[in-house]
Amino acid sequence: MTDAALPLQTFSLDGKEVPFQTGDTILQAATRAQHFIPHLCWHPDFPAHGSCRLCGVRINGHVVCACTVPATAGLEVESNTDELNAQRRKLLQMLFIEGNHFCPSCEKSGNCLLQATAYAMGMEAPHFEEFYPDRPVDASHPDILLDFNRCILCALCVRASRDVDGKNVFAIGGRGIATRLLVNSESGSLADTAMTLQDRAAGICPVGVILPKRRGFAIPIGQRRFDLRPVSEPGSGERP
Amino acid sequence: MNIVDDTLELVLSRHGRQAHSLLQILRELQSALGWLSRATLSQVASALGLTLAQVQGVAEFYRFLHTRPVGAYRVLFSDNVTDRMLGSEALLAELCQRLGVTPGKTSEDALVSVDKTSCTGLCDQGPALLINHHQVVTRLDSERVAQLAELIRTRVPAGQWPAHWFEVQDNIRRADVLLRESVAPGMALAASLERGSEATLGEITASGLRGRGGAGFATALKWGLCREAPLAQRFVVCNADEGEPGTFKDRVLLSSFADAVFEGMTVAAYVIGAQRGFLYLRGEYRYLQEALASVLQRRRAAQLLGSSVLGHSGFDFDIEIHIGAGAYVCGEESALIESLEGKRGTPRNRPPFPVQQGYLGFPTVVNNVETFCAASQIALRGGAWWSGIGTAQSSGTKIHSVSGDCERPGLYEYPFGTKVEQILQDCGALDAQAVQLGGPSGICLSRSEFGRRIAFEDLPTAGAFMVFNASRDMFEVARAFSHFFAHESCGFCTPCRVGTELLARRMDKLAAGRGSGADIDVLFELDRLLHSASHCGLGASAANPLRDTIARFRPAYEQRLKWLHFEPAFDLDAELSIARRMTQRDDAGAHLENEA
Repeated sequence: MTDAALPLQTFSLDGKEVPFQTGDTILQAATRAQHFIPHLCWHPDFPAHGSCRLCGVRINGHVVCACTVPATAGLEVESNTDELNAQRRKLLQMLFIEGNHFCPSCEKSGNCLLQATAYAMGMEAPHFEEFYPDRPVDASHPDILLDFNRCILCALCVRASRDVDGKNVFAIGGRGIATRLLVNSESGSLADTAMTLQDRAAGICPVGVILPKRRGFAIPIGQRRFDLRPVSEPGSGERP
Repeated sequence: MNIVDDTLELVLSRHGRQAHSLLQILRELQSALGWLSRATLSQVASALGLTLAQVQGVAEFYRFLHTRPVGAYRVLFSDNVTDRMLGSEALLAELCQRLGVTPGKTSEDALVSVDKTSCTGLCDQGPALLINHHQVVTRLDSERVAQLAELIRTRVPAGQWPAHWFEVQDNIRRADVLLRESVAPGMALAASLERGSEATLGEITASGLRGRGGAGFATALKWGLCREAPLAQRFVVCNADEGEPGTFKDRVLLSSFADAVFEGMTVAAYVIGAQRGFLYLRGEYRYLQEALASVLQRRRAAQLLGSSVLGHSGFDFDIEIHIGAGAYVCGEESALIESLEGKRGTPRNRPPFPVQQGYLGFPTVVNNVETFCAASQIALRGGAWWSGIGTAQSSGTKIHSVSGDCERPGLYEYPFGTKVEQILQDCGALDAQAVQLGGPSGICLSRSEFGRRIAFEDLPTAGAFMVFNASRDMFEVARAFSHFFAHESCGFCTPCRVGTELLARRMDKLAAGRGSGADIDVLFELDRLLHSASHCGLGASAANPLRDTIARFRPAYEQRLKWLHFEPAFDLDAELSIARRMTQRDDAGAHLENEA
């Protein structure tokens, strides 16, 4: 919360005044004030990554990422516009066709930020041709399944494992369309890492890559987080 | 100890076991061992305090690093569109046939692998190829390819091949102030020391010099911001990662004007207060390293580098050469800094800018090779002299790398404000239908625009000038560029990683004769998205060649459209072939109607 001794600084987001603290980015301040700006790779507990590009907002005619731009007093920020939401829809479509996303059979369905954001942005079809990449799963670990088919390369697991767990279980490899998530062990398998279910990295995946084993459908589809409250509703965006 | 351990120890100690030397360490290890095995990566990781996955992530990022076995001879054909126009594709096929190998695959006896690589900066003397990421062979023809196949088959080391194959000519066709004569080493530096650092910055300001890498940022402003940044250590970096297809001016400047480049860097160091500088040399120019290192050595001996430069106590500055490993995106200044730090070449988020937090978090000036050359001339002759050349907003001269359909390819230096048609006339391009100015990320001009002037206020350029005559298919030119961007995308941000791949696939769909009007709409849609949403300039400009050629050469696209509206990317009837095989039918009723 803002320090009462400091004068209140605000910027405008879609015409509404949003208070901010010195050092905040647009997305930090907006999230604290319970305004929804779509995002996937950003998480309030970590520095901005800037890779998903979903949080693009218009400032002074330019589209910039709300997660990296510092808030300044009097700034006029447009976010919830037809033009920007159309751009977000296309970025979401790109993420869907790049991987293999079959929501009806995915354990993360209803809890998935990608799916929830796609609903919020009104995405109805993939639009682009699917790539159907060949990405084997890693089921080597006794408690954790890695399904790379759903990876959106947000690197939250890389950051959580490095900065919070101190284990460096993950890294990013490859390049271009072949960019991929790497597991750090001689064998390349998760079983040979120190990862446990208690790790921050185990619970941070916004999509369905990192999943606990033997816990399928404990909450039925239809009663999950984003089934009950859309991601765009105030407070719904709180992240595990 | 075995040979791998010995080599590893040698390379690691040469770099002081520093994690930010990772890329140099991997390059040197590969050069000794042929390729980088998982065991080698693991040893490097533990020696540097990194994880295996981090080291693997870096090794997999750079195209010139191999994490799988490759041939003892690694042959990479330069694949710029100008190389193709000179017949590179047929020559590659011929070499593969003579050696009995498939492009992109290592031969079964592990002798050779033949593949393509992005433009090697030899467009004025192509087709060209790269051997073992070290030497270049220029002016390829069928005869040379036949001899080359024989030399490889008989395992003659590349160092013993005919010396004239490795000759790289400067081909300076029109020289102005930068290319006419080189300034005697130390002159510009002495003038700067005499004048003082603030007054030298004043001369750069007065000159109106803008960066030659393409963006045109005011050089004095960049230096001034770095000079004022509140940290004790500062760095000067020369961006010699000349990867824009069709550009080769930096190759010539580094070959024949290296003193001017290093002098410009030293002047910058004096102005901003830097102690260390880097020359980031693209991996394709590895063959220049020894000559450049000896120029640096000579300059140290002449007190132009080292402690107390020219006896000026308190002014200590030296320059190291850092070699890239096949990544166009590292030409972007923040990606270049990441690469200098031994990481994947992913552009950084801004702010902070490199002048505030650059190399290892310290204020850093990154300038183009040509910018440093100009800076050294300005330091010697003054800002007013430079600003008297060119136009109001574009002072001085610009060097153009001219290639493609013309009689005299090579370097042409003109004052800013020169018309495109002047350059075409001088290089002997009599039948030009198009000029790709500034490379694939620049602009494609058609005949009606040849009267326009090259200057920041009309046509800015990073220096590539590729000419296409009336016989060239501009659709195929754009398709080659779309594959270039997909190949070079770093993969960090969604729009560029996926969008460049979508563009390349759409262009292939059109080339296969399966396009429709809807595909053209998607190309425009992707162009808008890439411009608006990309993390860096690579993605933002990836659709430029498509947008420009559709606007100017639409018939080249329309003749490929099968239908005005939608057409699937796959052949519906071919998709039924498995069903036909299973039911053992091949009668007319088992086929879709074929509209052809």
